[in-house]
Amino acid sequence: MSGPGFDFDAAPTTSYVLRVNGEARLIENAWIGENLLYVLRERLGLPGAKDGCGQGVCGTCTVHLDGVAVSACLVAAATLGDREVRTIEDLDNDPETAGVQRALVESGAVQCGYCVPGVVASACALLARSSEPGEVEIRRALDGHPCRCAGPHPMVDAVRTAARRRAPRETHSTMMFNVIAPPAAGGTE
Amino acid sequence: MIGESAPRPDGDAKARGRFSYTGDLWAPGLLWCVLVRSPYRHARILDVDPAGAYAVPGVRGVVTAADLPPGACHGVIVADRPVLADGVVRFAGEAVAAVAAETLHAARAGAAAVLVSYQPLEAASDPEHAFAGPPLHPDGNVLRHIALRHGRPVKLRRDGTPVDEVVVEGLYEVPAQYQANPATDAALALPSPDGGVELHVASPYPHADRDQVAECLGLPAGMVRLMPTGAGGSAGTREDVGLTAVVALLALRTGRPVKAVLERDESLSVGGHRHAARMKYTHRADRDGRLLGVEAQIILDGGAYAGVSAEVIGRLIGCAAGPYMVPYAAVDAWAVRTNNPPAGAMRGPGAVQVCFAHEAQMDKLADALGMDPVELRLRNALSSGTMLTTGQVLDGPVPVGAALRAVAEAAPPAAPPAPGTLRGTGYAVGLMPLLGIEGADESSTATVRLDGGVVTVTCAAVEVGQGFVTLVRQIVDEVLGVPDAIVLQAGTALPTAGAPGVGRHTWLTAGAVEQAAREIRERLLAPVAARYGMTARLLDVRDGRIKSYDGLIDLSVDAMYEDTATVTTAGACRAPSTEPLDDAGQGNAYPAVAFSACRVVVDLDPELGTIRVVDVTGAYDAGRVLDPGQARVRVESSVAMGVGLALTEDIESVWSPPGTWDVPAVRVAAWIEEPQPGAPFGAKGLGDAAVVPVPAAVAAAVRDATGLELPRLPLRPRDVVVE
Repeated sequence: MSGPGFDFDAAPTTSYVLRVNGEARLIENAWIGENLLYVLRERLGLPGAKDGCGQGVCGTCTVHLDGVAVSACLVAAATLGDREVRTIEDLDNDPETAGVQRALVESGAVQCGYCVPGVVASACALLARSSEPGEVEIRRALDGHPCRCAGPHPMVDAVRTAARRRAPRETHSTMMFNVIAPPAAGGTE
Repeated sequence: MIGESAPRPDGDAKARGRFSYTGDLWAPGLLWCVLVRSPYRHARILDVDPAGAYAVPGVRGVVTAADLPPGACHGVIVADRPVLADGVVRFAGEAVAAVAAETLHAARAGAAAVLVSYQPLEAASDPEHAFAGPPLHPDGNVLRHIALRHGRPVKLRRDGTPVDEVVVEGLYEVPAQYQANPATDAALALPSPDGGVELHVASPYPHADRDQVAECLGLPAGMVRLMPTGAGGSAGTREDVGLTAVVALLALRTGRPVKAVLERDESLSVGGHRHAARMKYTHRADRDGRLLGVEAQIILDGGAYAGVSAEVIGRLIGCAAGPYMVPYAAVDAWAVRTNNPPAGAMRGPGAVQVCFAHEAQMDKLADALGMDPVELRLRNALSSGTMLTTGQVLDGPVPVGAALRAVAEAAPPAAPPAPGTLRGTGYAVGLMPLLGIEGADESSTATVRLDGGVVTVTCAAVEVGQGFVTLVRQIVDEVLGVPDAIVLQAGTALPTAGAPGVGRHTWLTAGAVEQAAREIRERLLAPVAARYGMTARLLDVRDGRIKSYDGLIDLSVDAMYEDTATVTTAGACRAPSTEPLDDAGQGNAYPAVAFSACRVVVDLDPELGTIRVVDVTGAYDAGRVLDPGQARVRVESSVAMGVGLALTEDIESVWSPPGTWDVPAVRVAAWIEEPQPGAPFGAKGLGDAAVVPVPAAVAAAVRDATGLELPRLPLRPRDVVVE
């Protein structure tokens, strides 16, 4: 973004509406090159997505764009139009998310915690598109979230657990009688 | 409860994105700070002209070395690193000036507009140039040299006949490893009305950082208040003191809050990484596979400034011969200056590098002798009562043999090798000196306050993601039967607890918390015991009940709290005393040593050179496992870090810790629970020792699969392709 010779005064600015967490938010007179992460954190006061590398490799800024997990630092905010952005602040309201978050804490994947909002976003996107994700799907979904504190496996375990705990709930919703017990608070494993 | 897994008290907030790190903080009137960094590795600074920056709209301040007291330098051991380069830059990325502006964009534009004229000088990037090249710093190029001399060369057998020697030699290289803390270094400074400054920094070592910042700014330490904020990870080094000092200076100059958050590229260039090492080894053994001697020359690249290199050399020297009985050792280890970024301390400092070399040597020796590599190691393994090459007799538990046997006897991976791949198995054992070494007078304190059944623990130890907060709660639960203690970080309000790492808080701060909690327990149990005509020692607190040794008394813990409103106690724990190593590298320098063993199985595609780590099995000298869940996480992360150093990471690349495909879940063959005397509950820190043998074992497995020598890390596909 910066560099010798870059003239910030002459940088083109624009105003636009960004759909974030179910609301239409007005962004005024912003440089058109601002990435979504910057806009979320510095203009809209949503610090849940973290800035880890600015290059799309650390996964800490992962948010949902129309339900798909993306690196917010690689998305030009001004180009999004009607697309719906959801951050951890809003994902946190979904019951599905709570299951992922609980599993992450229980598995020990939450240590320093900096990568975790991004991991939650990726895991929720995976569980929304795949009812029973396999090992490969889980690993692929989480591969963009390197973790120095716990290594990759506690988070893989957590998503596996969250997916398994959820499975009975979907089954019983399609049945006339509640013959399958809903998952207990302590989990079903 | 000790011995059971407990949830992290901060887990929920972190998982919900509601936990604040330095980069998330904000203050009214906030200015952003961006640093001007040298593009040259070595250059004379002819001129710094900030006029262009002031012309950028929104820029409120620019500082250079001229704005600091003369000689404003920082460094934990030797203060030799300028806050802002003064007259000369010694590595690419060294800070030369800093700009504060109303917006991040303006600060970046301002930084780009600062005109610095450099006269490039010849750069020394190879550590071996340090000996002959011109001094890069007035203090000279050798940061520390230890010439360890232990025992005498064994030339004759007991019967007087000459020993039939087997000699193996090798030259090994381990590259620097980037900390890759998820949150880059950052700082927020707020000017105080009294002319001082309030710093919000994720400092793992708040006292040292505060003192250094105060010194650099020419302020009394009392006028610099440092509040530790949420830390986004620490693999051993975090928070560039120079950055903190610059942000503080700009806050004082502008009278406004100033924040800086390093870009990832900047973070890669400012240093703090694991030392790169070059090591030449000669091992001698007799025909029975008994080690006769180890000779080695080891050079660590300390980078441009002293940092903690001297201490890392002190740790390395005792590990250089490995966890083996060696009658004769002649090891020269140097840490030298180069024009590379200054190195820091990273999990397993010093020990990781030499383990790669000494374990490769043991495999070479086994090969030369026609012996099984595990058998050769077992034959020479250190045991309790034996001596390190520093002359120190190991009086604690030394489960080298037990750890190695556990991994060797563990079942091999069930799955057969993938089609078309070569399978290899490698073993390594490592040792790691814990706590501060060579007479570091370390202690930690804690206060425990009990108020109506609510326990609040305050300690200066900083939680950086290692799970220390969980441990504190478990100790309070164990001693007082209260599971949900509140853990507060004291910052600089309590005496220093030292930096996390090398098992320091697991021992010292945990010890302080335990002592304070026990004192409360004695005090509260005394009246209960008196009621039954016994002493408090005969009562036990467990699972929310007070029980007597004979089971006749069984009360709710509430009985303890009935008559007492508030109690506050303080506890302290001091490390076992040690002494500096002498000129020959001899002395009782290490308070405690921890061990770990590792077996790695790889499948290697000989045509593509791709390596898949199929299995990692470890055995860990834990003393006692305080929290099985947390212990597993420590081991997982250490193995990932070790595999990263061996295979995926590269200091030149942006961010390459191993992901979900690069490393398998760790199989723990054994937690070796021989209590460490003097340590609370007998437990030792796990993280450092656990990483030590991992890169060595990965390399050994790849050597086993390919037959290649592979003397340097990382192992890239082009290094391991075989015909």
